[in-house]
Amino acid sequence: MSLVIGVPREIFAGEKRVATVPDVVEKLIKLGFKVVVESGAGDLANFSDDAYRAAGAGIAENAAKLWSGADIVFKVRGPSDEEVGLMREGTTLISFIWPAQNPELMQKLAARKVTVLAIDALPRQLSRAQKMDALTSQAGVAGYRAVIEAANGFGRFFNGQITAAGKVPPAKVFIAGAGVAGLAAIGTAAGLGAIVRANDTRAEVADQVKSLGGEFVKVDYEEEGSGGGGYAKVMSEGFQQAQREMYAKQAREVDIIITTALIPGKPAPKLITAEMVASMKPGSVIVDMAAEQGGNCELTVPNEAVVRHGVTIIGYTDLVSRLSKQSSTLYATNLFRLTEELCKTKDGLINVNFEDDAIRGLTVIKDGEITWPAPAPKLPVAAAKPAAATAVPVVKKSSHGHGEPSEPMSHQKLAVVFGIAAVLFWVIGANAPAAFLGHFTVFVLACFVGYMVVWNVKPALHTPLMSVTNAVSSIIAIGALVQIAPPLTADISRPDEVIRWLAVFAIVLATINMFGGFAVTQRMLAMFRK
Amino acid sequence: MSASLATVSYLGATILFILCLGGLSNQETARRGNLYGMIGMTIAVLATVFGPRVLAGGLPWIIGSMVVGGAIGLYLARVVKMTQMPELVAFMHSMVGLAACLVGFASYIDTSIAFTGAEKIIHEVEIYVGILIGAVTLSGSVIAFGKLSGKIGGKPLLLPGRHFINLIGLLIVVYFGYAFLNAETVQAGMTPLIVMTVVSLLFGIHMVMAIGGADMPVVVSMLNSYSGWAAAATGFMLSNDLLIVTGALVGSSGAILSYIMCSAMNRNFISVIAGGFGSDGGTPAPKADGTAAQPAGEVNPILAPETAELLREAKNVVIVPGYGMAVAQAQHTVFEITSFLREKGVNVRFAIHPVAGRMPGHMNVLLAEAKVPYDIVMEMDEINDDFPDTDVVMVIGANDIVNPAAQEDPSSPIAGMPVLEVWKAKTTIVMKRSMASGYAGVDNPLFYKDNNRMLFGDAKKMLDEVLVALKA
Repeated sequence: MSLVIGVPREIFAGEKRVATVPDVVEKLIKLGFKVVVESGAGDLANFSDDAYRAAGAGIAENAAKLWSGADIVFKVRGPSDEEVGLMREGTTLISFIWPAQNPELMQKLAARKVTVLAIDALPRQLSRAQKMDALTSQAGVAGYRAVIEAANGFGRFFNGQITAAGKVPPAKVFIAGAGVAGLAAIGTAAGLGAIVRANDTRAEVADQVKSLGGEFVKVDYEEEGSGGGGYAKVMSEGFQQAQREMYAKQAREVDIIITTALIPGKPAPKLITAEMVASMKPGSVIVDMAAEQGGNCELTVPNEAVVRHGVTIIGYTDLVSRLSKQSSTLYATNLFRLTEELCKTKDGLINVNFEDDAIRGLTVIKDGEITWPAPAPKLPVAAAKPAAATAVPVVKKSSHGHGEPSEPMSHQKLAVVFGIAAVLFWVIGANAPAAFLGHFTVFVLACFVGYMVVWNVKPALHTPLMSVTNAVSSIIAIGALVQIAPPLTADISRPDEVIRWLAVFAIVLATINMFGGFAVTQRMLAMFRK
Repeated sequence: MSASLATVSYLGATILFILCLGGLSNQETARRGNLYGMIGMTIAVLATVFGPRVLAGGLPWIIGSMVVGGAIGLYLARVVKMTQMPELVAFMHSMVGLAACLVGFASYIDTSIAFTGAEKIIHEVEIYVGILIGAVTLSGSVIAFGKLSGKIGGKPLLLPGRHFINLIGLLIVVYFGYAFLNAETVQAGMTPLIVMTVVSLLFGIHMVMAIGGADMPVVVSMLNSYSGWAAAATGFMLSNDLLIVTGALVGSSGAILSYIMCSAMNRNFISVIAGGFGSDGGTPAPKADGTAAQPAGEVNPILAPETAELLREAKNVVIVPGYGMAVAQAQHTVFEITSFLREKGVNVRFAIHPVAGRMPGHMNVLLAEAKVPYDIVMEMDEINDDFPDTDVVMVIGANDIVNPAAQEDPSSPIAGMPVLEVWKAKTTIVMKRSMASGYAGVDNPLFYKDNNRMLFGDAKKMLDEVLVALKA
């Protein structure tokens, strides 16, 4: 028996997104699920009931029918009280929840004995989780739309042009905060041809800003701090001062400011003061993407575009909904990827597996029991070498301690190696004749010389190295040469014929190697050029 | 030529050989290094031929055989294609191995060398060991040659109880070694010697047959090492220091290469030699909790014109060549695409994984053949940090060396193997003939990533199409 995924119409005012789209419906059906969509759910995102029907979804006439028939519900916004009332026991809900901000909602959901996966609670540090990261996908859409809104409110071109009607300077855009939304805004604005500057308190994003065509504006703080004495406190005080100065300077210079600065669980920092707005050129535009959390600009009015001091300040909180088709498609794909993780068996059943870090993090309520917040995932990011941390037997470095990349041998091991070598040498020294010892000395020293020399060879030259050592190993010809016609004392006889033929054959083989090896090495090396 | 003069000549040759290997440490001095090698070899051969150990009567034989061998060698060096280098090297190793065997046998039946007591035992041990190593090198190289040239399938042949078989082989060798040392006459010693040779040959075959295609770089460098040890053993046998030194140089060089290759694959040397991939279990162990590492997601195919589009719009491009490029002989087309993009101001570089291809440094040689300048060919460690800033990565016929499972999935058989982190780039394009997994037999989650595109088809043909689309 396969489960039914229900997708209700979003009833939150101004919400135009829908939690799944026809393309994704097909994929969900391939995973073995049945999909039912509430009539009109996709209308505001330009997906008609017919399109869903064509993709194989059933259409439920109203919300009550949908909720009663669905085993799994995909939503965008967290459910309203009515919607909570419609839920059946045992249903699984996947949507934005924001458990930290909505404790009452959590209690109500728990009382309904349902399972809730909050897409916003995804452990984003897991690289595997990226494909399910709806916060990122939606923030990207918002960043894009912010630039479009700014362009709409701005009276000039973004790109510089030289036309018969005169020269048009490019617009200057400043973006505060280079998170996902900020980076999307940088890319979009740069794509339109504007000069883009951006700032973020995290200095490490500077490269990302540059990669999208923006210029990273540093907070000019080092000079300030060099004279100061007390560290942390003064630092942050001085830093904020320097940051304010930098913003004031940018406000005077640029035409458009887009702010995206958010601090989780706190009101948005006020970055743009009323004086800064007043200092901007008339006709400039500010898009405040943090309007819902109080705004980064002092003069922002949430959900409205207002004009203050000749500057248009846009405080829309529904930027994502204003691009509902795009954001719905991305959100639907995020949920689809999550469904894949839940349904590894592809049989239309889900398994909320708490062994899986991503799913554990997402699950805020399981069968009526609040499981939020999840413990930190077992695998910390530690980017480059997660595998090394998880004790895989093959990861162990081989005990030959040599080689630049591996760490030196431990003292104990070293002592053992030296011990074995000493015993070996003693055995040889005690038993072997003098002549052998001479050769043995030469042999051991030559091994060390070879070892030292070869370590310096570049990996790019490993093939020539092999072919030249191969050529050199044809020195074995010497062995055959001395067997052909050695000076003999008269009274000793030997099977001359046999030896001669063996030796001749050996010389032929060795010389093939000798000439071939050196010639092919020469040919190869001639090809390496700058 | 007096004995002292010959010895001094040998010393000179030794120094030249060391300089030769040292010269290969970078591209500028490499050609000179090769020249040193040739001079060293010439001196060594001349000093021997005109030295006290060879009478004038042997000269015609020597000249005759050297002319024949030299002609064959030069001919091979001329006709070999750069993509066939691994085969050629394996073939040549077998020559050394066989020569070592022959010299060993000749030395044993040579009654003019008479030792007594400890010296006799040591001499016979040297012969025995020399032939043993020579025989293993010979048969191992022949099989390696067959595998590399595609005459023998690349799949590891895993006989049941293969470690047991090897152990029995070893016991037989030791037993007959004992019999050999106790043999009174040459005739009596010949039987154990021949039995041992046969066992060693079988051991060499079995050893290389059990090793998978992806481990070939280790095998080739290991055989290279063996051919050196064979020469060194021959040197002990004939009390010739030049042979000992040279053999030791080659032997340790090959051993280091094997070690480098093993650490590049994060494999234990023993487990490679013991054969089969993942000798700790044979097959990739399924994850215990059932959330097996089946890569999730969809494969996004792409066509040549779109690839060209992506390349044209990129600022930073990295090309990751693998064995597939060698098979398809696509290196020249790769170079044309590279030079076209570079003219347009695109920063194109190459990323070479240490075990890309079938022998150490294989890819570098192919790219050099196609005239790709070596300063844009980067090693793994040099370029791994640059992937996040790269717009397009083209993976040409490589698989395991770009497999993110090595880092992300601790249960993967290749977990912990250093890989090129191509998935961090904005877009990756993987050129492959099909969705088949690499030699390691591990599925590659890279193919299912959102920023990855698959360009299916023969690498050469596809790249030609990309080039045409680029120039259009």
